Amino acid sequence: MNTTFKSRDDRGFRIGTGAIAALVLLVVLGIGFELTRQSLLSIAKFGFGFWKGTTWDPVSGEFGALPFIWGTLYSALLALLLSTPIAIGIAVFISELSPRALRQPLTYLTELLAAIPSIVYGLWGVFVLVPAVRKLELMTPESWKKIPLFKGPPLGVGMLAAALILAVMVIPLTSSVAREVLKNVPSTQREAAYALGATRWEAIRIALGFGRTGIIGAIMLGFGRALGETMAVTMVIGNNPQLSASLFAPQYTMAAVIANEFSEAADELYLHALIEIGLLLFIITIIVNLISRVMVRSRRTA
Amino acid sequence: MKKLMTCIAMAIAISACKPAETTGTAPAAAASIQINGAGATFPYPIYSKWFEEYGKTHPNVKINYQSIGSGGGIKQLTAQTVFFGATDGPMSDEQLKSAPGPILHFPTVLGGVVPIYNLPGVTSQLRFSGPVLAGIYLGQITKWNDARIAKENPGVNLPATDIAVVHRSDGSGTTYIFCDFLSKVSPEYKSKVGVNTSVSWPAGVGAKGNEGVSGLVQQTPGAIGYVELIFALQNKIPFAAVQNKAGAFVTASLESVTAAAANVKMPDDFRISITNAEGNDAYPIASFTWMLLYQNPQDTERAKIMADFLKWALSDGQKDAAALHYAPLPKSVIDLEMAALARLAS
Repeated sequence: MNTTFKSRDDRGFRIGTGAIAALVLLVVLGIGFELTRQSLLSIAKFGFGFWKGTTWDPVSGEFGALPFIWGTLYSALLALLLSTPIAIGIAVFISELSPRALRQPLTYLTELLAAIPSIVYGLWGVFVLVPAVRKLELMTPESWKKIPLFKGPPLGVGMLAAALILAVMVIPLTSSVAREVLKNVPSTQREAAYALGATRWEAIRIALGFGRTGIIGAIMLGFGRALGETMAVTMVIGNNPQLSASLFAPQYTMAAVIANEFSEAADELYLHALIEIGLLLFIITIIVNLISRVMVRSRRTA
Repeated sequence: MKKLMTCIAMAIAISACKPAETTGTAPAAAASIQINGAGATFPYPIYSKWFEEYGKTHPNVKINYQSIGSGGGIKQLTAQTVFFGATDGPMSDEQLKSAPGPILHFPTVLGGVVPIYNLPGVTSQLRFSGPVLAGIYLGQITKWNDARIAKENPGVNLPATDIAVVHRSDGSGTTYIFCDFLSKVSPEYKSKVGVNTSVSWPAGVGAKGNEGVSGLVQQTPGAIGYVELIFALQNKIPFAAVQNKAGAFVTASLESVTAAAANVKMPDDFRISITNAEGNDAYPIASFTWMLLYQNPQDTERAKIMADFLKWALSDGQKDAAALHYAPLPKSVIDLEMAALARLAS
């Protein structure tokens, strides 16, 4: 606040950009406020029971969000598990190992994946991925089906298909950020490692360790994307709100139920319950971001 | 600190500059009248055809229709952001009460819902009674060779495979009509599931839209689903026959859907469900789709135009229905509506 400005221009620039920054903050607060205001009926009726309720029945007006919260977190976590090794592998290959001539085309191709609209991913999911997953489910031996992870009829649609499609959508995001991070690792780090007699693998490990905060950031960015993804997921997840650990069971996500049911929800309480789901998603996204911040910070000091 | 305050003040000033509220009854340009409506997606193709045809003979009238869903149409009509609404399920008493004035229902055309299935090796058309369909959607009948299905399909070699139940995941008038029928024929379905545009399904997976349901059914051997009759006809998807109240198994067609509306005792407000209707040739999973208008709107000019439009839609307009695979209204219903419109216009 006590910086002295050299000219009026500087001051105007500062106020202008400050106003825009404040606007972002106001938009976030405004979203939170409006989501709360429009879900008051549901908040008043169900209270915290909404978080742990497992029934979603628009006919009798009973609403609980737990199966949707579960489906959202489960699918996003699975997607993260699947996508992280691949995304970081791509990033390491492009920035450290790839021949120079291949680097540009590979970068371009992974980034192209991010440019595909999610509805296109959804269609690909319905016509290619789901039949493939169904075949996989049919091949699963009966003895495996006793494990809760593989229970359920071979429908094709379900958690596994959703996690796979989310993983494909998240990979370009995570890998391009991770690649930028690796690019910014000073070459002196690698040179020092080589000078000490490190192998290539060891040098890459040192580079990854140097950029770990950025790489965690990249993974969390992917997680955020997976949490909010709507169209592609709703087309392959089976849209059945249930708490199940099975990869083969149809489940539901928060974003999907809002997209599916909002336009036909004429009843006030129903509408408020749907908006409260939006509020929960908003809160969960903020919490996930906070956790990633804390993780990045603690790593930095470590 | 002062600078920070200025920043915030500016931000507030910017955010306060919201665009002016848009209303459905925006002042029209001289001599041309715009009427805005919103609602069900099901009748959208025929409504846009009608508005276009009507516009040809009435060049000063422009009717806009947004197909945002029945629920959205009712909401916008209640909030008076549109002049007319449209819905696939009649408004509930509660919804009518929350509106600022009395709202009238006018049936425009009819639609049906048909069960579709994917059973490799079965070439003849399957037949279902209401209770069997209810049993499948309740998750009680789980195998195709269940005795209850076999009894209605003598001579059909039903496989011993699981039934994969597919329903709509998005809120839809199609779901409303389907559940309305099943609730009428099965008390258990009524108490466990009930009737709404979205329900809590005891079994199966949800797919988005008619195309999603039919896509999933066609991909999954052993699947059963339900779609709009129009969708099945347009895409030449074979569907099952359903047993009506009189006991006959009827295959849905424009004629059998119209027949479902022919024998009903119409209440004065036209809010009636015609699922499981009387009559030998009536298809049991049928429904009206309605246009919604305020009884005493302040804007009498637009009200007159809408009344005139409805009269046209109920006479000349009905001829466009069959080409778009909508079932036209029976004459008995048209006569009643014309009488109601005459009262409205006076």
